[in-house]
Amino acid sequence: MGLRAARLSLLLGLLLAVVLASIALGARDIPPDGVWKALTAPTGTEDDLVVRGLRVPRTLFGLVVGAALGVGGALMQGHTRNPLADPGILGVTQGASFAVVLSISALGVADVRGYVWFAFAGALAAGVVVFLLGSGPSGPTPVTLALAGAAVSALMNGLVSALVLLDRQGLDAFRFWQLGGIAGREPVVLWQLLPFLLLGLALAAFNATGLNALALGDDVARSLGHRVAATRVVGLVAITLLVGGSVAACGPIAFVGLVVPHLARALSGPDHRWLLPFAAVLGAAVLLAADVVGRVVARPGELPVGIVMALVGAPVFIALVRRRKPVRL
Amino acid sequence: MTAVRVGAVSGRLRWRPLVLVVAGAALLALVAGVAVGLGDVPLGLGQVLDVLLGGGTRGQRFVVLDLRLPRVLTGVLVGAALGVAGAVCQAIARNPLASPDVLGVTWGAGAGAVTVITFAGSFGAVGGAVAGVAVPAAALAGGLLAGLLVHGLAWRRGVEGFRLVLVGIGVSAVAVNLTQYLLTVGDVTDAARAVVWLTGSLNGRGWEHAVPVGLALAVLLPAALSGTRLLGALQFDDDTARGLGVRLNGARGALLLLAVVLAAVATAAAGPVAFVALAAPQVALRLAGTATPPLLGSAVVGGLLVAVSDLVSRTAFGGVELPVGVVTAVLGAPYLMYLLVRTRREARA
Repeated sequence: MGLRAARLSLLLGLLLAVVLASIALGARDIPPDGVWKALTAPTGTEDDLVVRGLRVPRTLFGLVVGAALGVGGALMQGHTRNPLADPGILGVTQGASFAVVLSISALGVADVRGYVWFAFAGALAAGVVVFLLGSGPSGPTPVTLALAGAAVSALMNGLVSALVLLDRQGLDAFRFWQLGGIAGREPVVLWQLLPFLLLGLALAAFNATGLNALALGDDVARSLGHRVAATRVVGLVAITLLVGGSVAACGPIAFVGLVVPHLARALSGPDHRWLLPFAAVLGAAVLLAADVVGRVVARPGELPVGIVMALVGAPVFIALVRRRKPVRL
Repeated sequence: MTAVRVGAVSGRLRWRPLVLVVAGAALLALVAGVAVGLGDVPLGLGQVLDVLLGGGTRGQRFVVLDLRLPRVLTGVLVGAALGVAGAVCQAIARNPLASPDVLGVTWGAGAGAVTVITFAGSFGAVGGAVAGVAVPAAALAGGLLAGLLVHGLAWRRGVEGFRLVLVGIGVSAVAVNLTQYLLTVGDVTDAARAVVWLTGSLNGRGWEHAVPVGLALAVLLPAALSGTRLLGALQFDDDTARGLGVRLNGARGALLLLAVVLAAVATAAAGPVAFVALAAPQVALRLAGTATPPLLGSAVVGGLLVAVSDLVSRTAFGGVELPVGVVTAVLGAPYLMYLLVRTRREARA
């Protein structure tokens, strides 16, 4: 336990370094003393405006959404006992995206407080459908779940294309939202979504002990006196809040939820009471690091973080598939 | 069962596959005829036939031969090519869910084509007739690259069906994200053009689109048919197939290449039209009552699927014409879900 606490504080130190990099680096690099001055005693210089108006909000989005997706992915992998589970791969993200686009184009909802409910509903519905479709006689297998996810994603993407093509004006805003990125989002959106994401994180923490029991198999968990159904419901609500809230905030960002829990598990071991905090810290660090990389490699432009994550995450996914024995959860 | 007959010539003379091909082709001709007659200048089936036989007024000849026939024909040929590609992939992977869509080929082709569309539009480097050649060529290259990548990455002392499918999902994700990134690089008119193309559209398709697909089918369909015995043998486990005298990995590689080329050529002509390659072979399989997807039957059903979807997309939404790929995706994805549920029930039974 001492070792895990030490590792977690090391990770927090790493996260702090990434946060500083995220504030300092970009199309315009700002030296550390400039960052410090902008944060403590701003005088309205261009550096100050960039730091306070752009970099800090962007970094906060990355922290919150990265933690949410990391924990959401860990919950999905834990509940499905599936090393390939990820909100993007299992279609949950696309369900939320479709619901958001539908609410914008068909119902004229313009405010994030309005469409966040659609994001939750879409994420929940897609998650339940994929789980039911992918569950065989002996429960869901990684392969059938991934395929069910691919089917639901394809349907959602088809419907999103139809909506977007029938409403050309929506296209320009939509193509940037759909990429998934933490840049240029309105800070007020973060404050509106924060309660939902924090509730999701709290429910996840509450879910950890139950998940440990479920890892032994539903029957063993039941015989040990755990309420399996209740644990599942709490998990589903937490996943819905975390994934739906992230999509509403930043669009679909795939593969954070896939890669981060595997990294976290390697450092924390299988106990979810440790795994979930590791996943939160690592999720924030990985997403922010991907965002910084996207800013640095494509100067003077930048790559949206969703693309960097996919280009990094897809090879990890393929490596997991290529392993003879799937990772045991 | 039918499996025993695979090597024997007499096995191919069963009547259900034959009826499927003949009846399907007749239905296809009818749908195509109606589609050619439909539009601002409506023509009856008789008039269409008259024009095709060399009659009709000058205006009718222009409308039919220059405007509508190439579009309808492109749809039919694209559907047929995708149907054959899907049938071959599914036989190789021994998995009804394997199709060029799932295996990343169509999205690789999409990424290749969008590269040219955005760069040609934004930087004026490629235009006019050159773009007409460069877009399909880039699509073909992208599709081949994705196909090779998936095959290579799924290789572990041979290719196993599920691994192929899952690696395909991974490679698709990379291709999709590259494509979406390219959409943000270009300006919005290019992006709109690329999005329509990416959804799979037959709008404005002419002879220059129909002819390459037709040529590819003319060469590759007979090649695939001559590989029917291999496909039949591939439905067994590897040891049995080897026992039947099949050089397994070479045969699989060659057939996969053939399927990839067909899918990429079809994608080059009409964009990644979703789910035809997945659904057509499975429908044909059930109608023909065979053990593996019948190649000719899959071609006919694929052609019908695209032709009917295009008819729907042109008529069902009032003044707006949706790309045919949206219609096939919205029809096809639920079908994929149904297949998953069905496979599950069969596993239980």
